[in-house]
Amino acid sequence: MSVLLYVEHSEGKFKKSTFELVSYASEIAVRNQTTLTAISIGNVENEELFTLGKYGVDKILNVNSSNLRNFNNQAFASVIAEVVNKLGSDLIILSSTFSGRGLAPRIAAKLRAGLADNVVSLPNQADGKFIIKNMAFSGKAIANVEIKSTIKVISLSANSYKVVENNKPIEIEDFISKVKDADFSSIINEIVRSTDKVSLPDAEIVVSGGRGLKGSENWVMLEELADLLGAALACSKPVSDAGWRPHNEHVGQTGISVSPNLYIAVGISGAIQHLAGISSSKVIVVINRDPDAPFFKVADYGIVGDAFEVIPKLINAVKEYKASA
Amino acid sequence: MKILVCISNVPDTTTKVTFTDNNSQFNINGVQFILNPYDEIALAKAIELTDNGNGTVTVINIGEANAEPTIRKALAIGAHDAVRINGNPKDAWFVACQLAHYIKENEFDLILTGRESIDYNGSKIASMLGELLSIPSISIVKKLTIDSGIAHLEREIEGGIESLSVPLPIVLGASEGVAEPKIPNMRGIMAARTKPLTVVESIEVESYTEIINFETPTPRGQVKLINADDTNQLIGLLHNEAKVI
Ligand SMILES: Cc1cc2nc3c(=O)[nH]c(=O)nc-3n(C[C@H](O)[C@H](O)[C@H](O)COP(=O)(O)OP(=O)(O)OC[C@H]3O[C@@H](n4cnc5c(N)ncnc54)[C@H](O)[C@@H]3O)c2cc1C
Ligand SMILES: Nc1ncnc2c1ncn2[C@@H]1O[C@H](COP(=O)(O)O)[C@@H](O)[C@H]1O
Repeated sequence: MSVLLYVEHSEGKFKKSTFELVSYASEIAVRNQTTLTAISIGNVENEELFTLGKYGVDKILNVNSSNLRNFNNQAFASVIAEVVNKLGSDLIILSSTFSGRGLAPRIAAKLRAGLADNVVSLPNQADGKFIIKNMAFSGKAIANVEIKSTIKVISLSANSYKVVENNKPIEIEDFISKVKDADFSSIINEIVRSTDKVSLPDAEIVVSGGRGLKGSENWVMLEELADLLGAALACSKPVSDAGWRPHNEHVGQTGISVSPNLYIAVGISGAIQHLAGISSSKVIVVINRDPDAPFFKVADYGIVGDAFEVIPKLINAVKEYKASA
Repeated sequence: MKILVCISNVPDTTTKVTFTDNNSQFNINGVQFILNPYDEIALAKAIELTDNGNGTVTVINIGEANAEPTIRKALAIGAHDAVRINGNPKDAWFVACQLAHYIKENEFDLILTGRESIDYNGSKIASMLGELLSIPSISIVKKLTIDSGIAHLEREIEGGIESLSVPLPIVLGASEGVAEPKIPNMRGIMAARTKPLTVVESIEVESYTEIINFETPTPRGQVKLINADDTNQLIGLLHNEAKVI
């Protein structure tokens, strides 16, 4: 088996999801007694590329031509397919990020490869088969999927594999792709990043508020709690519909799915459509004044109480904890 | 402008998910099927774009006869005609190949899908289809306008929004914000009965993946309730027991 890893960056920097991905792919490479080659596309400094050696990458192909600076799934799929054909790779691994999920199906279709996405386990390769677990039905089930094609594409769900260090000497090689500008036609006009704060899809801790918070002005306390915990903010759908919070913070069936280590839900009832986006969180804390709120049924820890009293106390408790740590 | 909206027939959002045949099949017993919520958004946008009378909206579904109520609903909402490619939509590759085959024979300027189907949540169709047709595909589109053959749109990226301009034809995966879903009115429902619904047979496609079985995630234990005055205890548990802070 020959593994190729696509390492995604954001403005030239790798994020935690990429380190998880590298750690995961490195384990697969070790199990299959093979080396791990990664491909990076866009403008990433060598210094940053070298950091991936810490998690087990042997070699990086660096594609940094000016026409490939911005993400474009059509062009990137062509570049990756070109590398796959050159190296004879038969397993291509990506992150299940927004961009990764737009890219993986194009690579799979181009290479006539089977695709498993939202993957949450290492492959089971017993008896020469390749079986892997992926999330389905909005987190209500896990499917065991067999990939039967020679070339396989998988995309790894965020927070489903721990970052593991596996220091290796790393080699960087520039790769000039044959992909022509004519192969892709979209023009990026502008990229607006919401804030410099922790981005929701890859946050390890999420503090989320619902209609129980009564109005946008009351997010000040959630913001303070989130800042103290290094958490990202999220909300329920009615909250973003009412314009209290931006739509990109809305989680659930019709918003984004998150799988943080810790999800703190404040004043959210726990409707099934909300749970669909958060049920693969590792630990769930619910704060709600109604002891019968459905959210308590899927929570690990709960406080029955008024958010306006509990949150300030919780903020103090976090401050004390941090002061003593 | 000719617009194609790909629609999928999915279990209602409140469905309790269970399986049969040694956990290999989704149990459809008693399950209410609906038009995928994101496809409703895509359809509403398509109708909006052709409101002034220039253009048509065709909806297409790869599915068996039991998907027809959902197809009729799309016609009631305002699609002009519908196509059903008869076959079991067993995986994204199968569906994408059927769609590509149909689109190659019947050209469209704009192909809309939902951002993802709420059952298998693959988010795969739009990109596979774009690749099979060698045209751009953009998923998670939050805003869309079309002007002189160019789509101006916004897509969601990690921690931000990217605005793009892309010439048609193009495949887009519609998400919240693109349009407000439309509810069918009585006239629409009446009209839907006589709108054309063509059924064509599916083509053979080699399958590369197979679902062996499903597991349901291990249920969480009983919730541990903490007194509202003991927030310190909660922090202690999160640190020592859950080890998440
Ligand atoms: C097709 C479809 C898709 C949907 N998609 C989504 C989705 O993606 N995401 C989503 O979130 N919803 C979604 N919904 C809506 C969902 O069904 C619920 O209506 C919504 O999640 C409820 O939001 P909420 O919990 O904030 O508000 P509510 O249900 O109004 O709950 C407010 C909660 O706050 C508590 N509360 C009130 N005051 C206080 C206080 N002072 N202190 C503490 N607690 C307090 C109350 O006890 C209550 O439990 C969808 C619905 C449909 C039909
Ligand atoms: N059986 C189907 N027939 C037609 N379109 C489909 C079908 N399944 C999925 N789609 C379209 O593809 C989108 C994404 O689905 P998926 O890739 O399964 O998440 C859906 O929102 C639909 O627009």
